Amino acid sequence: MNQLGRARRKGLQGLLLAALPWGWLAWSSAQAQRMNSGQLLSLEDMLQPVVKCAPILQKDVTLLAPILADNGTLVPVQVQVQSPMTAQDHVTHIYLLSQRNPVTQVAVFGLGPWNAKADISTRIRLAGTQDLVALARLSNGEFRYQKMEIIVTESACVDAS
Amino acid sequence: MSLARVQWPDKMAAGDVVKIRVLIQHPMDTGYLQDFTGKLVPRNVIRMLTCTLGGQEVFRVEPSSGISANPFFEFYVRATATAEFKMNWVDDKGVRGELAQLFKV
Repeated sequence: MNQLGRARRKGLQGLLLAALPWGWLAWSSAQAQRMNSGQLLSLEDMLQPVVKCAPILQKDVTLLAPILADNGTLVPVQVQVQSPMTAQDHVTHIYLLSQRNPVTQVAVFGLGPWNAKADISTRIRLAGTQDLVALARLSNGEFRYQKMEIIVTESACVDAS
Repeated sequence: MSLARVQWPDKMAAGDVVKIRVLIQHPMDTGYLQDFTGKLVPRNVIRMLTCTLGGQEVFRVEPSSGISANPFFEFYVRATATAEFKMNWVDDKGVRGELAQLFKV
């Protein structure tokens, strides 16, 4: 083997070595991105794990949130449920469900007759434009829900989506 | 170090329905974001937050990574008598937080 051939082989080896970590980086970022936030769940898929076979109606719940949220990492949300909040008839749980987030169930709130008013607010993260569902479980086992589309200009999951 | 803050109206009468605002200082890392070196930041969110008023649980939240950093919650409660308001929370690292304040009616 002549001088040129040997130098060429060295160069090729160097290239191969340089290529290795990049391949690994690409693989690890692909791992990081393995989340189901790309697809939008249907309303059925969002409600089914919580509601099971209980009766459900779209009424009595008010969902207050901005129609256009500039920053997906901080979206103020308020949920009001029209309920007398007595010992016989009250709201036991309020669920916040997101259509596109990697974790569908954003939060669960536990309430009772001592609250006197089924009204909660918080700040949530949203991974892109999607429907947000507020689901309330009543003390008699029934469910009430309301949904709202929120347009998000900047997603909360920038690295991974 | 004050990690949490709770707020309610200064003056209230027995029977009033008052708004309670809760703010906790917590990063709420989702587990999906990377740091400057490209390494994933492990998930660390508050798993459970409970508020009790005189021993009676009045509010409970089970947040996920979908709640913003420095979580903020608002809820209502009927003020009946002066009692101690206590708040407890625990995160994924097992770090427990606690706040106690006198709820004066």
